[in-house]
Amino acid sequence: MPALSGSLTGSRTARLALMAGVILALVIFPFFASDYLLDVAFFFGIYVLLGLSLNIVLGEVGLYDLGHAGFYAIGAYTTAVLNTRFGIPVLILLPVSALAAGLFAYLVTSPIIHLRGDYLCIVTIGMGEIVRLALINNPLGLTGGPNGVYGIDSPTLGFLALDSSTGYYVLIWVVVALSILALYRLQRSRIGRAWNCIREDEIAAQATGIDVRAYKLLAFVLGAALAGVAGNLYAVKLMVVSPESFTFWESCLMFSIVLIGGMGSVPGVIIGAAAISLFPEIFRSFASYRLVVFGVVMILMMMFRPGGAWPRRRGGTEAQDLIRRLGRSRG
Amino acid sequence: MPAFAKKSAEVVLETVGLTKTFGGLTAVDALDLRVHRGEISSLIGPNGAGKTTVFNVVTGIYRPEGGKVLFQGENITGRKPHRIVERGIARTFQNIRLFQNLTCLENVMAGRHARTRSGLLAALLRPGSQVEEEKETRRLAEERLSEVGLWESRHELARNIPYGRQRMLEIARALATSPRLIVLDEPSSGLNPRETGDLMEFIKRIIREEDLTILLIEHDMNVVMGISDWVTVMDGGRKIAEGHPRQIYHDPRVIEAYLGGGT
Repeated sequence: MPALSGSLTGSRTARLALMAGVILALVIFPFFASDYLLDVAFFFGIYVLLGLSLNIVLGEVGLYDLGHAGFYAIGAYTTAVLNTRFGIPVLILLPVSALAAGLFAYLVTSPIIHLRGDYLCIVTIGMGEIVRLALINNPLGLTGGPNGVYGIDSPTLGFLALDSSTGYYVLIWVVVALSILALYRLQRSRIGRAWNCIREDEIAAQATGIDVRAYKLLAFVLGAALAGVAGNLYAVKLMVVSPESFTFWESCLMFSIVLIGGMGSVPGVIIGAAAISLFPEIFRSFASYRLVVFGVVMILMMMFRPGGAWPRRRGGTEAQDLIRRLGRSRG
Repeated sequence: MPAFAKKSAEVVLETVGLTKTFGGLTAVDALDLRVHRGEISSLIGPNGAGKTTVFNVVTGIYRPEGGKVLFQGENITGRKPHRIVERGIARTFQNIRLFQNLTCLENVMAGRHARTRSGLLAALLRPGSQVEEEKETRRLAEERLSEVGLWESRHELARNIPYGRQRMLEIARALATSPRLIVLDEPSSGLNPRETGDLMEFIKRIIREEDLTILLIEHDMNVVMGISDWVTVMDGGRKIAEGHPRQIYHDPRVIEAYLGGGT
């Protein structure tokens, strides 16, 4: 495996070539793919977004958040309710959903942000479940209870309706591309460094001048906002939202995406999301066994590749890194 | 580099009646401590004397039950740790606390956090000011790494370098915060005699070349006697003696504290 990832990323040119290849494949894909494949690619994109959003909290800062589906739900319902009640165009609701989910995250995580590890994990599970149960209970008659909200408009860009499978495909992958760009920039900034420091050692981070509380909150708010964006796109695509789409299982899937791919690694998240969203499609004929296979794969991953499929690389040139890796595997 | 006048009368750090208790245990008991600008002061005492607790109160990790901490005349008691770093106090830890899975360079760059300003929008939009700031952060970090002899290891992960070098890396990170006072908690522990010698030379050099004050906790008496301008001795949370190293060395109260009283 090191040899393979080494040859894939051995030099800057190889990496750029890989990136160009991926982008090219994404661009020409809709010209050949069936609507079914475009839909699969759409949901792949949703899981990439969700993985990226949880990766900010879990991968970059090391905060165990098993309630991320709650933020996803807030984004989806914000779009659904505001669109169906007030007829606000769904694309305008994209940033609104992000803001709503971010604000919600700020309010609910402020009092619990000092909790560590498993304690935070338990509280976030509770948070996610409370959101789901609240939606079922139909507060103020807004969420439609267990049936959810339906009749959400299709997106339009001026006079251009995006209501085809190709339209949704383009929409989500543009958002994914922008999110990836933003996350790479964050990783290579003072903020990304501060996040990683907190993950490595909170006390040392404080002693280095980092406002730990503020940066943890920022991670939660940004992570939730991105999950809110995913929620908006999900609601727009399905034209209906209901509480059963935002269960604890959904939070677990997001967690798995980050773990499978490698904490704090953008390519890792994409691999993880591919595993989670494409795998069930490929093995659709063995539907009843796929969770068994999924479980076995997870166990094998944790045993043989605990850092994830594509762990984040740090420092130096890729070549130096490769030499170090080779040295280690020989020694 | 200018040489800074030693023996200035200016007090950089002062604790007045500092008291810290844990449940029924009084770890620090009405401690008055003074650290003079440009000097190397040592805090010594037997295990459990409360030295590290003093450090943790001064750097804001603990909030004291009584007394005050004054830094450059300003009351910083109970401030949050990152605020205290901004004021100009940096520290290292007894059991080295590095960002293990970051590179050496990233560790030291993190030290610039309190001295840089770029926020979220700057990180996303990368205006010229942000790019400049990052460059400057990197340049200063590289400079600090070279000073402690870690230039070659700059792209290594912190956990992959030897223990002695990790300690120097931690000091480089502390220095990167541009402190006025740096507090070192047992900097020589775990180092071999040669590394300890290098460390002493390094400490002497930075205090000579920069406008800096050093407070350290140390067990190695050779280090204490070798580099300190002033020594404060603690036992049972109290200050039992202070003075120049030579005076302390022969002080009967100190000898008693270390060797045990005749009971």
